[in-house]
Amino acid sequence: MAYAATAGRVPERGLDVYTQKVGMWVFLCSEVMFFAGLIGSYVVLRFGAADTWAEPGAVLNVRVTAFNTFLLICSSVTMVKAFAAAQAGDQRGIQIYLLGTTILGATFLGVQVYEYTELVLHQSWQGSHGFTPAAGLYGATFFTMTGFHGFHVLLGVICLAWATIRAWRGHWGADNTHGIEVLGLYWHFVDLVWIILFTIVYLI
Amino acid sequence: MDWALPPNYSTFGVVIDQLFWIILVITGIAFLLVEGGILWFCIKYRGREGAKAHYTHGSNRMEIIWTVIPAIIIAILGAYSALVWDDIKGSSNRPADALEFLVVGKQFEWNITYPGMDRTLGTEDDFTVRNQFHFPVNEDVTILLESEDVIHSFFIPELRVKQDAVPGMTIPVWFDATQTGNFEIACAELCGLGHYYMMASVTVHSAADFDAWQASQAPAAAQ
Amino acid sequence: MATIVAEATGQAILHEEHEQSFLRKYIFSTDHKVIAIQFLIYTLFFLMIGGLLAMLMRYQIAWPARGQLPLGGIFPESMVASGYILPEFYNALVTMHGSVMVFLAIMPMLVGVWANYLIPLQLGTHDMAFPRLNMLSFWLMVPAGILTLASFFVIGGAAGAGWTLYAPLSARPDLSGVGLGQIMWLAALVFIGLSSILGSVNYITTTINLRAPGMTWMRMPLTIWSLFITAILALLAMPVLSAAGIMLVFDQTIGTSFFLPEGGGQPLLWQHLFWFFGHPEVYILILPAMGFTSEILSAGSRKPVFGYKAMVLALVSIAFLGFIVWGHHMFQSGMNPMLGLTFTVSTLFIAVPSAIKTFNWMGTMWRGNLQLHTAMLFAIGFVAMFAIGGLSGVFMASTPVDIYIHDTYFIVAHIHYVLFGGSLFALFGAIYFWYPKMFGRMMDETMGKIHFWLTFVFFNLVFFPMHGVGMVGMMRRIYDSTGYAHLQGIEDSNALITWAAFGLFASGFLFAFNFFWSLKKGRKAEANPWNATTLEWQTPSPPKHGNWEEVPVVYHGPHEYSHPDVEDKDWLAQNERPDVVSPAAGSH
Repeated sequence: MAYAATAGRVPERGLDVYTQKVGMWVFLCSEVMFFAGLIGSYVVLRFGAADTWAEPGAVLNVRVTAFNTFLLICSSVTMVKAFAAAQAGDQRGIQIYLLGTTILGATFLGVQVYEYTELVLHQSWQGSHGFTPAAGLYGATFFTMTGFHGFHVLLGVICLAWATIRAWRGHWGADNTHGIEVLGLYWHFVDLVWIILFTIVYLI
Repeated sequence: MDWALPPNYSTFGVVIDQLFWIILVITGIAFLLVEGGILWFCIKYRGREGAKAHYTHGSNRMEIIWTVIPAIIIAILGAYSALVWDDIKGSSNRPADALEFLVVGKQFEWNITYPGMDRTLGTEDDFTVRNQFHFPVNEDVTILLESEDVIHSFFIPELRVKQDAVPGMTIPVWFDATQTGNFEIACAELCGLGHYYMMASVTVHSAADFDAWQASQAPAAAQ
Repeated sequence: MATIVAEATGQAILHEEHEQSFLRKYIFSTDHKVIAIQFLIYTLFFLMIGGLLAMLMRYQIAWPARGQLPLGGIFPESMVASGYILPEFYNALVTMHGSVMVFLAIMPMLVGVWANYLIPLQLGTHDMAFPRLNMLSFWLMVPAGILTLASFFVIGGAAGAGWTLYAPLSARPDLSGVGLGQIMWLAALVFIGLSSILGSVNYITTTINLRAPGMTWMRMPLTIWSLFITAILALLAMPVLSAAGIMLVFDQTIGTSFFLPEGGGQPLLWQHLFWFFGHPEVYILILPAMGFTSEILSAGSRKPVFGYKAMVLALVSIAFLGFIVWGHHMFQSGMNPMLGLTFTVSTLFIAVPSAIKTFNWMGTMWRGNLQLHTAMLFAIGFVAMFAIGGLSGVFMASTPVDIYIHDTYFIVAHIHYVLFGGSLFALFGAIYFWYPKMFGRMMDETMGKIHFWLTFVFFNLVFFPMHGVGMVGMMRRIYDSTGYAHLQGIEDSNALITWAAFGLFASGFLFAFNFFWSLKKGRKAEANPWNATTLEWQTPSPPKHGNWEEVPVVYHGPHEYSHPDVEDKDWLAQNERPDVVSPAAGSH
């Protein structure tokens, strides 16, 4: 191999994307596999014991959850708005939209807590009182999947609250949008997972 | 020190052992080539003052050679293995008129249910014996393998039979013993504290002896 | 999340030494080199623990009826009663030997230690992309280690369902006798999984985005390639184990029945999930070792790696195929036999890249100028032992033969030729090789060579006979083999294996002595004691915080040894311009 061919060539380094964003994408790949593990198990278990599944809507309150889904979709929109405001350097916009996203996320969690409480305390399941994680595979998969999603929403809400506080201190701006964008990636991912979960757990 | 496969007493064992020895020869040759080569290189090319190594980044021809040759050997081995596997385990090759037994593993014993004199499971004259497996020689035998609690593994070394028993599943296993003799069922999957003594005796009878044995057991079991 | 957002990029770290408190510098350090050393101490400790568990196990296997366990009195009655190892303790030994070695010793030693240490140095960057996440990934291992050790002393003892945790045994305390211990181990696994995922995010991001100028993908050292691919495997496989482990904990604690047939669950689902993680895990445990070996063999042979591109391609194809072969652990599990056929095909395919790598290592040695120092001996030992492990794998890939050898000591022999003869040999090699860079001193060569030969001889005396014992039909994980008719006559083999295992364990202490003695008394190491070409050798030993005074610029591939145009020396560092070192080289 002659040296002249390779020597001295100094190509660009890395992707043309900032490191935090690459890191979040990589992390989300791992999250995809986590939920794939749960959803895959759900599919296998449900096919193996289809007769133990309740009809959609018979046990779970689809209407309340549909409303909750709507909230989460709205929060994705406000998240996009927050990022746009940051790019434009619109401080008021950043504050409002981050706060809005935080409130929508927190409300989602509140509704989920309400839903769980209702199910555990008041819903009947196969003749006995209370629909819990021990209520067959149906209950086990339901609480595991929605619970872990809820846990992810909770982490997101904590980060959002923190980002909102920073927004009031004037931390974000046209020259500092990365944090909001990376947080947004995570938030949209959580939203997307919910839409899948809502479809397979509540609707099908 | 006796490092050999135990003597084989089943029809499937013949091909399994044959395949074992074929692989042993192939891998043995590869073993000698690789280990011999490494040893030879270590002696021949050991460092000397002032010596300079041969400068090369590799050779595409060599890469192709040592990709294609192992791939071909392995493909042939794989195809042959697949055929044998299908013979032994493929559900389409399950013998139709085999004598059937129900074998249920539980911590830490094997319960064998016999078809009785009518040679059919699920009838009046079935009987169950703990830790004793008797069956006739030179006849297709199918066991329906189940487990009551955890995963066990049904292993008769001399018959080259092994199959996990999984709770919630009924798994058919079939084989054909070629000689009479006394063996043991061992549990090959860790199943708890008594895993090491989860053992049952195996007796392969001649057809007449098996009938006699069943006849002797039936009244005892009925009581 | 928060950490990522808050984290300033690693590139921003200035290279001057700033004042740091002891706590920030050595305990809660964000310097990738300190974190690597923390991982090294941690994993060496657990390597010893894992070895100790194996010694107890071997004592029982060799002399099941003898009792009289030396120092047996120091164990609680729940483990060793009047000199006899109890079956419940034996199951815990089997389970935790595997678990500790895989998750707390080998895996973090391959990845936690060397990915942390080498990725920034070999890529020519100041630190990891997310130094604080990096620190967190070490500190998550600490509760995992504490939980693991503590689980031996809770009621019911440590986990006893095998490192593969097959349900229902692992999910039903009433059937296994182990309750809390099992849960503690699963909790430890979740910590390990999180640590490993965060680590992987760091390694992957750093490799993608923080390479020095000129460090193109095909100029990366093979160590980096292997660690990068490993990180991808861990990133995608660990979360599946975490998900499965959490479901298993729920089965034990809150009454779910994911893996329990009584409630409609499926025991085989656990096996599918476990091996979907488990087979990539096997490659997580060997790929970095392959990388170190390539690097050490190249430097020790004074030759470029033979077939660099083929090596990279082999790594990538192993990673891809590694995700579709898991079923070959389940040929006798009750899985549909036809599904077994498809897994046979993918399994056989994955043997090819391993063969390619072995031949390329031999090609690297061919016509070299072999410097047989300790690191090189271990690297050559790796190739020799890995070859045996690879070849014995052909037996179990052939499904009919697997019927007989599945769950016997043949499998135990196979896994140890790959994990000990493979991974651990390469790890010893890596420690001897990079120790001078880490600590600024050389390890003692005489002790090192004695350590190598003792390890090599005892290793083979332990694990080669296991093939034979497995052929006879000895089942894995049995407490006492003497009751079986077909296992009469292997007592001598088992005693030989046990004596050799004691020797193997003892030779580990020679290594430990050498390691700690050399910290103070070892010969001072220059920056580049092996005349090696990769970037880490072009900075002082040990490198300062921030690694580089000035970010290096890379001009060519990683293993330029014995280049014909370079006079006076037989190596050319990645940041050396050939036309500067030797005008003849540039004139081509």
